[in-house]
Amino acid sequence: MKKLLQVVACIVCACMMIAGSALAKDKIVVGFSQIGAESAWRVANTDSIVSEAKSRPNIELKFSDAQQKQENQIKAIRSFISQGVDVIAFSPVVETGWEPVLKEAKRAGIPVILSDRAVDVQDDSLWVTFMGSDFVEEGRRAGNWLMENYDRLKNPDKSSDVVNVVELQGTVGSAPAIDRKVGFAEVTEGSAFKIIKSQSGDFTRAKGKEVMEAFLKSEGDKIDVLYAHNDDMALGAIQAIEEYGLKPGKDIIIVSIDAVRGAFEAMIEGKINCTVECSPLLGPQLFDAVEDLMAGKELPKRIVTNEGVFPAEVAEETLPTRKY
Amino acid sequence: MNQVQWLRSENFQRMLWPLMALVGILLFNLFFTPGFFHIEIKDGRFFGSLVDIANRAAPVMLLAIGMTLVFATGGVDLSVGAVMAISGAIAATVIRPDYVKGVLEYGEVQSLFLVLSIPLFFSLLAGLWNGLLVAVIGIQPIIATLILMVAGRGIAQLITQGQIVVFIHEPFQYIGSGFLFGLPFPIILVLLTFTVTYLLTRRTGLGLFIEAIGANSVASRFMGIRERLITLSVYIFSGFCAGLAGLIVCADIKAADANNAGLFLELDAIAAVIIGGTMWGGRFTIFGSIVGTLIIQSLTTTILTRGVAPEVTLVFKAFVIILVALIQSEKFRRLFSGRMARKKVPAS
Repeated sequence: MKKLLQVVACIVCACMMIAGSALAKDKIVVGFSQIGAESAWRVANTDSIVSEAKSRPNIELKFSDAQQKQENQIKAIRSFISQGVDVIAFSPVVETGWEPVLKEAKRAGIPVILSDRAVDVQDDSLWVTFMGSDFVEEGRRAGNWLMENYDRLKNPDKSSDVVNVVELQGTVGSAPAIDRKVGFAEVTEGSAFKIIKSQSGDFTRAKGKEVMEAFLKSEGDKIDVLYAHNDDMALGAIQAIEEYGLKPGKDIIIVSIDAVRGAFEAMIEGKINCTVECSPLLGPQLFDAVEDLMAGKELPKRIVTNEGVFPAEVAEETLPTRKY
Repeated sequence: MNQVQWLRSENFQRMLWPLMALVGILLFNLFFTPGFFHIEIKDGRFFGSLVDIANRAAPVMLLAIGMTLVFATGGVDLSVGAVMAISGAIAATVIRPDYVKGVLEYGEVQSLFLVLSIPLFFSLLAGLWNGLLVAVIGIQPIIATLILMVAGRGIAQLITQGQIVVFIHEPFQYIGSGFLFGLPFPIILVLLTFTVTYLLTRRTGLGLFIEAIGANSVASRFMGIRERLITLSVYIFSGFCAGLAGLIVCADIKAADANNAGLFLELDAIAAVIIGGTMWGGRFTIFGSIVGTLIIQSLTTTILTRGVAPEVTLVFKAFVIILVALIQSEKFRRLFSGRMARKKVPAS
């Protein structure tokens, strides 16, 4: 259904382009090649870009869905070049193999913006800026929040000065899993916080629950903190903790990443203590950058998405404003 | 049959190696993983790693029971993982029909009968589709079921619109995380399915018919076995088992995750059936498949409780499974004992 809508949206865009080409001289034309619609996060990402473009009268968006295929993205970028758009933006499905098509864009004098994923090319003059979340920073934020707030949440008179943390990693080898682990380890290194168990929960609820169950069997009441690389795994783990007979959010402090709506609902119930945002809502930032670029401003090579940290105290007031 | 005869019987011999592998893994844990065998009774429930193994293995055990029969007819059902996703997606949608349209409030509480029967009906339908393609149209099973394996997950995503549908429905949650006689309810469901299937295939002629079809479908047709009907029903049964497994997973996490529910579990089920000693087309043992599933799951639980680095988990798993498969191969064993016998010659 979503795909169909996007196809329709493309056709509508194309029609408007033909009708409006005479008028479009004063508009900034942006070609965006999206990866696809593989997850709820991605769908929210697309919605953000399309709706932001609509709300800005000086922007005209040409949107293309690549259905998770690099060849489709390359085709889309070539067609953007031949149509002579002002700016090309895209979320590269994979890191490698972009040199030829990016060189074509450079030769045509069209600036390229990378959205939420990076490319692996020798010559970094082929793209203007890379915007998106910094996964390492997300891990650092989770670690920092934990270290600042742990004593307040759990009885500080605990005799042991070591805090036992268990970690639910994302899919092995994926960039967010690697970076979030590194960021968290970086800030907690040398502190009282020790990771005693770390396993992959594949970013899913079912796996998160299964792995947490096993952690509880082997470590039991020793576990003080759960750090999950995404909210879904944390939500699964909460059920395992409850079935074990402990109180999530009280007996075990829970910190996770993503800030999806389900995590806010759990925070209101007091079962998650904090979630670090990983926002798919890149639309406003993307078109700000496009406007700056067209106004002749120099863009930084790396634009990090504005992201917040949401502790449980603000969950109730924030939930209605969450878009994903 | 007296005891010695039974120990020598082919059925037992075939079961011996998988059982030994399972015992081996458990023994390893007995010595090296403290508390692994510790079972306590908490609020009238059995509680411990061993219970976890059986409970977490329950969905794959159900898949393996269905897959064993499909295997015995000389087929394979690749679509079971996708059928799990469909059945979970339907169950969640029946509970919260407007969730995907953005309505967060619960309507009236759906009756448990509808929540169970609608997904199971569609699972039977999925099985019927596979069966028709294989038994009536005559497409290769691996291709015929591949269709639903690929399309099925898409169908499940269409139902949930790519979202994770969360719900609260106490009676339905019981299927996934309830307890009966102190045991997790999924285990009871597996025991029930196992017993019924065992009685149907071993106390009636059905099991022999299935084996005959797998061994030689043309000959069995000439013998008067209604080969098409039986093949068809075997695929329908496999669909039913997958649907039930999907309900367990969905009820357990109180959410339908169309992207991930049952993902790659068809492969676990196939591995379990083969480790358990069922051959492709011919003799089958449902008990063996259950043991096979337990081997895979106790391996997983061992890895999780002992803390093997996640990067090497899969390699470790593959290594143990290939070892179990090799031990089962008579040729491999003969190679081994043959070499030992040769070594003995100069010594004597």
